[in-house]
Amino acid sequence: MSVVRVPPVLRAEAGGKREVEASGATVRELLEDLTARVPALGAKVYGAGVLQSFVNVYVDGEDVRTLRGLDTPVRDGSTVILLPAMAGGC
Amino acid sequence: MTTYRELLARTKTEISEVDARGAQALDGAAWIDIREQDEWQEGHLPGAVHVPRGNLESRIETTVPNKATPVILYCASGNRSAFAAKTLEELDYTNVHSLTGGFTDWKRNGLEIVMPRTLSPEKRTRYSRHLLIPEIGEAGQLKLLDSRILLIGAGGLGSPASLYLAAAGVGTLGIVDADIVDETNLQRQIAHSLETLGMPKVDSAKRALNALNPDVEVVTYRERLTSENIDRILDDGWDVIVDGADNFPTRYLVNDASVWRGIPVVHGSIYRFEGQVTVFKPHEGPCYRCLFPEPPPPELAPSCAEGGVLGVLPGMVGTLQTNEAIKLAAEIGEPLVGRLLLLDALATEFNEVRIERRTDCPVCGDHPTITEYIDYVEFCAR
Repeated sequence: MSVVRVPPVLRAEAGGKREVEASGATVRELLEDLTARVPALGAKVYGAGVLQSFVNVYVDGEDVRTLRGLDTPVRDGSTVILLPAMAGGC
Repeated sequence: MTTYRELLARTKTEISEVDARGAQALDGAAWIDIREQDEWQEGHLPGAVHVPRGNLESRIETTVPNKATPVILYCASGNRSAFAAKTLEELDYTNVHSLTGGFTDWKRNGLEIVMPRTLSPEKRTRYSRHLLIPEIGEAGQLKLLDSRILLIGAGGLGSPASLYLAAAGVGTLGIVDADIVDETNLQRQIAHSLETLGMPKVDSAKRALNALNPDVEVVTYRERLTSENIDRILDDGWDVIVDGADNFPTRYLVNDASVWRGIPVVHGSIYRFEGQVTVFKPHEGPCYRCLFPEPPPPELAPSCAEGGVLGVLPGMVGTLQTNEAIKLAAEIGEPLVGRLLLLDALATEFNEVRIERRTDCPVCGDHPTITEYIDYVEFCAR
């Protein structure tokens, strides 16, 4: 089981939670499990086998796009950060 | 009973003395001026480092770490430097020489001297807490006073950033903002006040910065940054950009221009309790497009005006940005290049993720496909 950090703009989709749990041996499996557990959140970041391009995914501090993308392995107990850009300087 | 004259004469027999020509023949030598501050200010030898006699023992090992390096010590006439040479030999420096005749003979013989740039007594007092830090010191403070930093936005992030940059003695601050100060700003935008309600933010900020530090020249641009005006503003010459913009089109615009011009951008963004900080240093690390090739859809990019922000959060993120800007300007420390700092104020938690330059980045990559300004509003609305 891994911890998935939910960005503030997607917390409504996660019932207000800052983090949720999901499991999987790869990023793809983890996102599919996330979609099954929290469909509204999963649908915003992942759909039809594709990671939305505006969301960065970090597994233990590393951008999966610089690793093996959706095939990047996830360890049990990994921290996964979902991160879209924020514009505000307000 | 030994007299001063006897001690001096004996010391000179125990050390090596060189004249100007002999000293200039010593390759790779460290030239150390051991005179007092007021003597140094009246001129010194080219390439010399100032280590006053009173601090010689404590500072020499950081100034000249390798004890086999040739060291030339000089004072006004060659007497204090003779005693200093003896001291360095006791510290196991093996190639130490005292310059005969010192600075006085050097100057009398018409050899080149350098007039140092130094801080005025008033500035030495104002910046005394910086001068005490070895990493900054007088040279670093002079770099800050010479530096020019452009702030995009005089709002939540720009307020604390501009105040601390002005306090630090950054010589020239540019501020770009088209907005007017209103009551909802005062919960966090600490450069503004009840007295400046209704005033353009750039003028309100300038007033606060001038009141804090008149050494700082404040250049105001009361306009919204666009593809049409950005070149004119950047042509004024800026060493660092502090990006505190409140919208995606401006962020991508600032990125593209800064990559093309090679200006580092200290990025900060905030929403509710969370912040992101990093430094985009063109071609040395990733750019904003490497980190976020595209913005989120508008419904996932609410502004603070729509979603709110904890008042102190821009203070935390804006001061982290200021720290990075000062380090870049003073050329010290490890800037946040290739690292994105994530701050969660509700949990009081900092996380860091690694970010890399993308070789396929359309702007800073190996084969750029975007080489001139695009329609940023359209790009961010897709």
